[in-house]
Amino acid sequence: MSTPQPSMPQAQAAVPNWQTGGGPSYAGYTSPIPVVRTHLGHAVASEWTKIRSVRSTIWTLGVFVLLMIGIGLGAAALVAANASQESLNNENPLSFGFFGLLLGSMCVITLGVLTTASEYGTGMIRTTMVACPSRGRVLAAKALVFFTVAFVTTLASVLVVALADVALLDGARTPTGQEWLKGTVGVSLYIALLGLLSLIVGSIIRHSAGAITIMIGVVLAPLVIALFMFSQSLEDLRQALFEYSIPNQLSVFYSNSLTETGPSGWDPLWIILGVTAVAFAGAYALLEKRDV
Amino acid sequence: MIELAGLTKRYGEKVAVNNLTFTVRPGIVTGFLGPNGAGKSTTMRMMLGLDRPTAGDVRIDGKHYDQLKDPLTYIGALLDAKAMHGGRSAFNHLLCLAQSNGIPRKRVDEVLDTVGLTAVARKKAKGFSLGMGQRLGIAGALLGDPRILMFDEPVNGLDPEGIHWIRNLMKSLAAQGRTVFVSSHLMSEMALTADHLVVIGQGRLLADTSMADFIAQNSRSYVRIRTPQRERLLDVLHTAGVTVVETGNGTLEVDGSKSEYIGELAAQHQIVLHELSPQQASLEEAFMQLTAESVEYHAHSDTPVDAPLPPQQQWGADWKGN
Repeated sequence: MSTPQPSMPQAQAAVPNWQTGGGPSYAGYTSPIPVVRTHLGHAVASEWTKIRSVRSTIWTLGVFVLLMIGIGLGAAALVAANASQESLNNENPLSFGFFGLLLGSMCVITLGVLTTASEYGTGMIRTTMVACPSRGRVLAAKALVFFTVAFVTTLASVLVVALADVALLDGARTPTGQEWLKGTVGVSLYIALLGLLSLIVGSIIRHSAGAITIMIGVVLAPLVIALFMFSQSLEDLRQALFEYSIPNQLSVFYSNSLTETGPSGWDPLWIILGVTAVAFAGAYALLEKRDV
Repeated sequence: MIELAGLTKRYGEKVAVNNLTFTVRPGIVTGFLGPNGAGKSTTMRMMLGLDRPTAGDVRIDGKHYDQLKDPLTYIGALLDAKAMHGGRSAFNHLLCLAQSNGIPRKRVDEVLDTVGLTAVARKKAKGFSLGMGQRLGIAGALLGDPRILMFDEPVNGLDPEGIHWIRNLMKSLAAQGRTVFVSSHLMSEMALTADHLVVIGQGRLLADTSMADFIAQNSRSYVRIRTPQRERLLDVLHTAGVTVVETGNGTLEVDGSKSEYIGELAAQHQIVLHELSPQQASLEEAFMQLTAESVEYHAHSDTPVDAPLPPQQQWGADWKGN
């Protein structure tokens, strides 16, 4: 304790502590504001403020809920009014939520793209990246916040429609636990991942209209192309396009595939999870490489 | 403190920033001057980690920008007034920035008050005038109470009251011991605010000097003479070895500040002078002269971009000699 240590002050001067006020060679103003070592949580809080403070979020999610519940309830009411008891036998009542989900997915795609691409359109991205130089953290925070918002909103709307379907369609069978899980949590995860993929495409393309067009093409083009593929020699391709088109993958969650082969069970979820993971890695690499 | 060492940025064949080396010191306002397209904004973007340098290095208090964990408390930047989402309110814009750096929420109200936007804090940014947008951008720069501040063309599009406010703000920030780095393409603006001057042209460093030295070295001083005995005076000056330039409107000009000497010469030879006045070219002229040289150099140069460049010293020597 009492031993003098003459080398100590020099050692401290040689390694200035930047986080708490700087060394002698960089003396100057010292702020009274406490310095915080930031982490992903700060970026998530920031992205949550961003997503809730613009009107496009309210609009896209509002239209999404309207489409989901409006079309879902409408379809259920129409079927209940027109179908005879026998024709509904063995039908999964949850499957009538499909139509609203397919249209509603366009809103989730739009919001996903806007979360990243609109920052490039407005110039906000420069402010964002100056505030958080870790580009991967920005992308991860956006992905987390958007995925949570999309999943919760989808699950809530899907649940309302599912409960209404089961209540309105007396003739249909009672869905099993597995069918309940796939028809609610499963499709919601799928839609949220589709939105996340759109967010990633928005980050790569950096242009809202371009990215939205690409994503709508990804959803609809394979099915539409397959519909007009009459040549016999292209039968295998036509089959694959049908089976792996996003609308067909969605219907797999209701055990209603267009074909007997192709993805079944939880396969669609693993497919989109893989695609999204690869796209995320690509977007991250591009973000690190490119200038903002 | 901002340190640049050999900072270079190429876009394909075009060299936007060429081997820049200088230091921005604390406690003073450093002006960053250059004509449009000289590479000022590109340099600032590289300082902030937005653009990756092709070569060289830039450090903020000894660190690379992306090593800063809470950058807004180190360095605040106003890049351009419209780098924000127009649909977001001023308060929420600042709040999301504060959150990303763990800055207390009450700072948002404080900086809104500092820039005078408290009354419109809940209004959408897209309804803001250019001056209000500029103020909001400055509020974002001040948010973390940083010791380094960087402003890219802050007075662009501002009314006189706004310009006056920004000038005083920059001076008071520097007086608190902060590093203030401000870019402009207007020499007259810099002369009023900057203590130190860094001039670039075509991405190259042309001058790194104190404002006073720059004025002394770059503004051409000369003596203007009017006399009814023009021919006699020319003879006398010629004999004394003084070079005279005859201007179109009947006046004579002598380079340098030799008015006393010329007056004494004229008195000795009993020549009547109607005017004998020391003149100094404006700073704007000095700046144009300085940057014109860089343009001229490029126009006469046949060397390809990749050829080795003459050392920086030669450049300094070039204009200091004049």
